[in-house]
Amino acid sequence: MQNAEPLIFERSSPGRHGYSLPDSDVPALDIEEAVPGHWQRESLALPEASELDVVRHFTRLSQQNYSIEHDFYPLGSCTMKYNPKVNDATAGLPGFSFVHPHQPESTIQGALALIHRLSQALMKITGYANCSLQPAAGAHGELCGVLMMRAHHVKQGNPRRKMIIPDSAHGTNPATAAMCGYTAIEVPSSDRGTVDMDALAALLDEDVAGLMLTVPNTLGLFEQDIVEICRMAHEVGALVYCDGANMNALLGTVQPAALGLDVLHLNLHKTFTTPHGGGGPGAGAICVNETLEPYLPVPLVREEDGVYAWDYNRPDSIGRIHSFYGNFLNQVRAYTYICTLGDEGVKRAGEYAVLNANYLKERLRGAYALRYDRTCMHEVVFAGLKEKAEGVRTLDVAKRMIDYGFHPSTVYFPLIVPEALMIEPTETENKDTLDAFIDALLAIAEEARTAPELLKEAPVSAPVRRLDETTAARRPNLRWEPPE
Amino acid sequence: MDYVPHSNEDREAMLRAIGVAGSEDLFHDIPTDVRHPHLDLPPGMSEPEVIRHLNALGQQNSNVLETPSFLGAGCYNHFIPSIVNALILRGEFLTSYTPYQPELSQGTLQVMYEFQSMVCLLTGMDVANASMYDEATATAEAVLTACSITKRSKVVVPDTFHPTTLEVLETYAEGRELSLVRVPAFTIDDDGSFRDNWDAVSAAIDDDTACVAVQVPNFFGWVHECQDIADTVHAHGAMFVVSADPVALGILTPPGEYGADIVTGEGHSLALPPGFGGPRLGLYATRKKYLRQMPGRVSGMTKDIDGKRGFVMTLQAREQHIRREKATSNICTNEALAALAFTINVSWLGPAGMRKKAELCLAKSHYAAAQIDALPGFSVTAPGPYIKEFVVHCPATVSDVNEHLLAHGVLGGYDLGNLRAELDRHMLVCVTELNTRQDIDRLIGALGEFNT
Repeated sequence: MQNAEPLIFERSSPGRHGYSLPDSDVPALDIEEAVPGHWQRESLALPEASELDVVRHFTRLSQQNYSIEHDFYPLGSCTMKYNPKVNDATAGLPGFSFVHPHQPESTIQGALALIHRLSQALMKITGYANCSLQPAAGAHGELCGVLMMRAHHVKQGNPRRKMIIPDSAHGTNPATAAMCGYTAIEVPSSDRGTVDMDALAALLDEDVAGLMLTVPNTLGLFEQDIVEICRMAHEVGALVYCDGANMNALLGTVQPAALGLDVLHLNLHKTFTTPHGGGGPGAGAICVNETLEPYLPVPLVREEDGVYAWDYNRPDSIGRIHSFYGNFLNQVRAYTYICTLGDEGVKRAGEYAVLNANYLKERLRGAYALRYDRTCMHEVVFAGLKEKAEGVRTLDVAKRMIDYGFHPSTVYFPLIVPEALMIEPTETENKDTLDAFIDALLAIAEEARTAPELLKEAPVSAPVRRLDETTAARRPNLRWEPPE
Repeated sequence: MDYVPHSNEDREAMLRAIGVAGSEDLFHDIPTDVRHPHLDLPPGMSEPEVIRHLNALGQQNSNVLETPSFLGAGCYNHFIPSIVNALILRGEFLTSYTPYQPELSQGTLQVMYEFQSMVCLLTGMDVANASMYDEATATAEAVLTACSITKRSKVVVPDTFHPTTLEVLETYAEGRELSLVRVPAFTIDDDGSFRDNWDAVSAAIDDDTACVAVQVPNFFGWVHECQDIADTVHAHGAMFVVSADPVALGILTPPGEYGADIVTGEGHSLALPPGFGGPRLGLYATRKKYLRQMPGRVSGMTKDIDGKRGFVMTLQAREQHIRREKATSNICTNEALAALAFTINVSWLGPAGMRKKAELCLAKSHYAAAQIDALPGFSVTAPGPYIKEFVVHCPATVSDVNEHLLAHGVLGGYDLGNLRAELDRHMLVCVTELNTRQDIDRLIGALGEFNT
């Protein structure tokens, strides 16, 4: 990887320019008359660079990034699988990328058909009655789903106050509950790594609006009692939300709706291969059963005799959660992916994601500690090194992975596993890659025993070494300032 | 087809290493009666088949490259230089993740820092986050933040604000039980012309007000004087949220100079093509004193153990993955790739390009407005300065006019009748630097032939 690149502001030189815009082809306008002088800005200290300066700058920056296209990206809970290039090719078609959201329905039949068909496919995969593609990300889907649960309870006469969330959950779950006005109540995990049923029974009452569960959970384990949990929740009138971030494990094997879960969000960027882009744009989808269907955000697409139209006539809808219809171009990518895989391909994806994770688990169990020694789903969580070495932490193991050419796995999540090291291989990695990664992790475990300083000093091969995060937070430097 | 790389031999070897007979044994925790549902999806397609299928769907849509369009109303077709797509499609940017491990993510982190710097410079604010989903959700988050900071729940918004932002605001307000006061900030005379009722905004502010949120230029393209509102807001201990169009900020005074506490905006028009309304790019900038209440991801400059400059995601103690239910927001995935596209485009434009783009929008929209105003039956109504968009009062319903325009191969403006039934003869026309004089004259010609 490349060495440091100056800021684009530091590459700036007064008078240089890269832009190319046409000269005005309409009669000259008196700008002062159109926008009075005191409403016009005095200065704008943006960089001044040539087009080649700009291209080189961002090319060099790209070379300081790790990506799936470099090598294995085993981040647990993030589903970093291969993002097929054909998805980008279809999303880039002018018939999708240059369509305006306010165009008359007669001129957007293809876009509406795509939204309708993708929704139908997701309903088949998840088993739900209906689906909206409006959420722009997973957490946005959560917000939408919990607001729908709230709307249901309001309709019953009481929004209720509590949301039960396992201690192993993603941070987005309690944060979402709070944004929707709920008090997050934590339910502990049992020693099997799933929801403690006795604790849950004690927490459930008629003030509970719902439960937010991740299935399979963030420990990579399937909630074996899920059918019973849903039954218990429904008995007190509560609903069950499924965080679908881990849906990749269940593809083709089980429809979450069949387990009794009332609402589920999908991360299209995880399960359905829209590239993560360094942290977005992602795309969410929210799938619901009949109970929650009336509350879906507007608009939905309806089809009649092969003609597609927007449906705004949904009186119980929670309203809108996005300026338009969600991250449509990522919906095109997800739709392309599902068309490519088809029935058999979808099933194979889930099956092999689980196979790969269990293979890693079995090969690494001699060197890394298993907090819950069970068959895992699509990811495996270790409690750090099996043979604890003096002063060596899981973060050191992760940083050492960099020197072996791999992106580090997720560390210290879920919070309930001490020294957590979470690995999600996904189905698109071949056995050779998994073996090379296993060999590296075994070698790192050996180094921890014989030469721990190698781990503590890692990485030594990256563009930068360990960064001072404390100073970054205490004395934040968050922007370039123009010179006085 | 699929993307699973395993040979049968690999699969057998892996199953043996795990110690199970078949992969079915790996799913034993799942109740058998629900296992392996019949999905009923069509069979998979090969790559040429899927491209043909998607291309056919795409061709059922008109697109603004081929059909001159005067649609705006929150989604703008601005020029995006070729280098943007070439660079953002580089796999190193496209297929990387949130930069949790800074040593391998300096590219993304430095881009975030440069993006934050540009948003601060454009808006005149101290700090910015590394993007949000879109303008609507960024504004909703800003309003929630203002309510948290002031510990009040009354939110004042003029009805000149983008209507879907107001809808999103209402959806977000539901959970926190905020009260949204929509101020009628314009009236319509009998002849169809708009009259400004801007003073009503200041009049609606009292000591219970958490914040006032306005849009510059507003939904109709008008530029408001906001200093009075800012002063009134602050006199009542409330906060001032301004949603600004970054293209217009190429020429307009930055909101930071007239007292904004939080500035939001839609950065999509400087980053990506219209894309049927998404992905978009929410901008969010604020004052230094509100930094720790700001939602979203932030990149900060620091040093590594060798003293070398580097960047990290910082102030994560505000965020959901650390702070859980006490977080400032649940947002985690942002719009990093769109922020990259914005940073590339703004670097390419520089100060002169930003100014030129804004001036082209100004000149072309004013040219179109003057020509339309001269047509019999049509009149342009704007109570003050406007940029890029303007309201046309039509001799018939906008849907009739637009049908006529479509028959002439032109996508007409936005039907304000969608906003309110009584505005069904008011069209919101948008003209950007991409509308050539030929396009505009074609619109004028077609409008001139319209018979009621």
